[in-house]
Amino acid sequence: MGNADLANLSDKLMLTTVVLYIVALYAYAADLGFGRRRAAVQERSKVLAGAGGPDVEEAAEDHEPSADAPRRVDWARLAVLVSVLGWAAHLGVIVTRGLAADRWPWGNMYEFLTAIAFAAVTAFVIVMWRFGARFLGAFVMLAAVIALGVANIWLYDSVGPVTAALNSYWIALHVTAAIVATGAFTVSGVATILYLVKIRTEARAAAGGGALAHLPSAQALDTLAMRVTTFAFPIWTAAIIMGAVWADEAWGRYWGWDPKEIWSFITWVIYAAYLHARATAGWKGRKAAILCLIAFAALLFNFFGVNYIFQGMHSYA
Amino acid sequence: MSDITDFETDADTGSEAVAERRPPPEAPRPSGLGPLGWLRWAWRQLTTMRTALILLFLVALGSVPGSILPQRGQAPEKVALYFKEHEDLAPVLDRLSLFDVFAAPWFAAIYLLLFVSLAGCVIPRAGVHYRSMRARPPAAPRNLSRLPQSATFETDASPDEVLATARAVLKGRRFRVDVADGSAASEKGYLGETGNLLFHLALLGLLFALGVGNLLGYRGNIVLTEGRSFANSLNQYDEFTPGRLFGADDLDPFAITLDDFKATYELKGDKRGQATHFSADVRYRATPGAAEKRHDLRINHPLKLGGAKIYLLGHGYAPVFTVRDAKGDIAYRDAVPFLPMENRNLTSEGVIKAPDARPDQLAFYGILWPTAVASEDGKQIVSGFPAPVRPVVTISSFKGDIGLDSGTPQSVYKLEGIGKTLQPVKGGSKLLEPGETLTLPDGAGSITFEGLKEWTSLSVNDDPGRIPALIAAILAVAGVATSFMVRRRRVWVRAGAGEAGRTVVEVGGLTLGNPTTEFDDIVTALRDEHPATQNKE
Ligand code: HEM
Repeated sequence: MGNADLANLSDKLMLTTVVLYIVALYAYAADLGFGRRRAAVQERSKVLAGAGGPDVEEAAEDHEPSADAPRRVDWARLAVLVSVLGWAAHLGVIVTRGLAADRWPWGNMYEFLTAIAFAAVTAFVIVMWRFGARFLGAFVMLAAVIALGVANIWLYDSVGPVTAALNSYWIALHVTAAIVATGAFTVSGVATILYLVKIRTEARAAAGGGALAHLPSAQALDTLAMRVTTFAFPIWTAAIIMGAVWADEAWGRYWGWDPKEIWSFITWVIYAAYLHARATAGWKGRKAAILCLIAFAALLFNFFGVNYIFQGMHSYA
Repeated sequence: MSDITDFETDADTGSEAVAERRPPPEAPRPSGLGPLGWLRWAWRQLTTMRTALILLFLVALGSVPGSILPQRGQAPEKVALYFKEHEDLAPVLDRLSLFDVFAAPWFAAIYLLLFVSLAGCVIPRAGVHYRSMRARPPAAPRNLSRLPQSATFETDASPDEVLATARAVLKGRRFRVDVADGSAASEKGYLGETGNLLFHLALLGLLFALGVGNLLGYRGNIVLTEGRSFANSLNQYDEFTPGRLFGADDLDPFAITLDDFKATYELKGDKRGQATHFSADVRYRATPGAAEKRHDLRINHPLKLGGAKIYLLGHGYAPVFTVRDAKGDIAYRDAVPFLPMENRNLTSEGVIKAPDARPDQLAFYGILWPTAVASEDGKQIVSGFPAPVRPVVTISSFKGDIGLDSGTPQSVYKLEGIGKTLQPVKGGSKLLEPGETLTLPDGAGSITFEGLKEWTSLSVNDDPGRIPALIAAILAVAGVATSFMVRRRRVWVRAGAGEAGRTVVEVGGLTLGNPTTEFDDIVTALRDEHPATQNKE
């Protein structure tokens, strides 16, 4: 297959991915809306038990509909299936793009955002499998669809070589780490938003019907957000350090207070403060959650704001 | 920094033995204390974790204007522009050092306070941790069943046998075990706190390395045209920024000659014209007496000479001109670096000054199109590609006094005094291809466009803090990762005589953070060794 064909295939797979994610989004939402209550209860206990150990890995879909119930669509199963298919197509987008360009497939903003969305979906699939966090599906799918939409509508760039400055193996290390961390932070951000929504309804005591009833307890959401952040933080740190090493090779200084460096640092500090606050229990619950969201906002700003508003060494866009 | 001391108190009282950690109690405000008391109080405040966190936040907050406003260190021309556009606001911002945020006194103050606060917090803590690692694990609380994890069973084995097994099982799991008074106390996971301390100490090291680099290092830029050499001394630099403690004899005495510069561009597709590779073929001597060596200098591959690193930063064209004066004598012949006006296709501009021309000094302003093509409306020349496929220069001529003798230094990229001391030459404009000559009217002289050379801008940089900073950063990551992964945990086993000659075994566990399944494994191991005749949970 020629490079042009591969590039074409990558674009087609992108369309497939978006369609599958939208279907999965509806299915997850339907699962939240009409799924059996038992499922939610079961998952909730799983997230709580998710301290590690084999008991958390059993599949979530082990409850057959009882024989006398009218035949219903098994939204959960459909959602998981379609989103995993979408994930595979998404992987295909990235691989074919890399093959077509004959380089590491994150050299411009389009590819970069596509990869972040992929990392977020991957992180979701992992927490779904490990901690039974299927309730996140609708929200992560929504985030992924928005990200891919933005990437395709505003950031699209055809296949081509990277600028000379990016022609380095560091792109595979530094940018990959940034992508993985950003994907995971996205999942923690989603869980944190749900946590904030949930404590409001829990405070009102009225066991809010509808979708909210199917979310796990606020505490479980909080624990999940914390756990994912704890995973992402060292990777984010490593991404910054590798960026500094690369900057030393490429620009002749490892830290020069370039806008991207400043905002990576700010993001790092806020996440560090969040983890500290959680560990020393001075700040729990709502306040800590808001800190986590501020950190996520700084992360987003670092991506969009810094690349498009400021002129720094990172503005390849 | 986790509060290991709080963990200690929780466990020791044994009552509310949940691994909940509270912030340290507010230090009482001194009332009527002498200056020493106040000083001690201030020190205690400064070295709390909360202060360190707030200071870290302040560093982050303080760096925000540095990302929004142009900075002198990076873009002095943009600062000048800002002054022009915001005449009232700019001086106010300047007084707050907002155009030099990272060299500002207030920034240094936050930075230093953070350093002191971290040091005052972490170093004593390292001592405490060291002692607690060597101390005996805390004795078992009275009531093991009130711990977050607990189990009880009975067995026929004697208490001593049970405790011996407990010791073996716990030792096997690398707990530190202490058996006394009918119970075994054990603890492990010190690595978590060690990692935590390592992280904070490494952060201190990082701050220190950054500071050292800033004080002792230097950075300079030079523009080097093909065929030219550069010896590392202050007067050769176009731009030079020394650290505060830098001395001129810190310059490594190397010399570099640029033989050839090559840029490779994408030829096809819609990325046509994008540079894909730069390479500068240089010769260098590390010291004046050393043998000359060759090096292929590329982006992302600096050349290391002594403590300095030499980087390829940018590139451009340096057309070669010959200027003859009215008498026909050669007044100037050299390559003149032109600066790119746009980065896509490298349309460049520059000036040629011939102060030796007689009777009048001659000067020229030129625009170079590396690949001259007609613009879309056909009315103008533009550059269609960054490589020199069809180079063309347009020249405008001036004569009079260039003003080089006035004593004030002039930019080599600009003409001064146009319309005053320097007058445009009528009919002195022309398009030149390589080899062509513009002859000025009235026999005032001529200028010949001989050909093109390329220049590169090199950055020379010496930062003695770079390796220490890298090591500190790696230790910091290793530290946080460990502190996140390893949790401090304690397990107690008590064996006492029960009814009918049986032994009652109580096991209790306490984990900092979320309980793990390890506790259950330990209980299972104990039970398997001493099968219970009758279980009771
Ligand atoms: C201290 C130095 C550096 C830091 C702190 C740093 C930080 C970051 C961060 C946080 C990202 C994540 C994306 C985002 O949120 O926008 C990123 C992306 C990226 N970095 Fe760096 N980086 C550094 C040096 C470098 C160097 C030297 C290069 C290449 C010459 C580089 C190339 C890239 C590229 C290509 C991306 C992905 C696309 C983009 O966002 O522009 N970085 N960097």
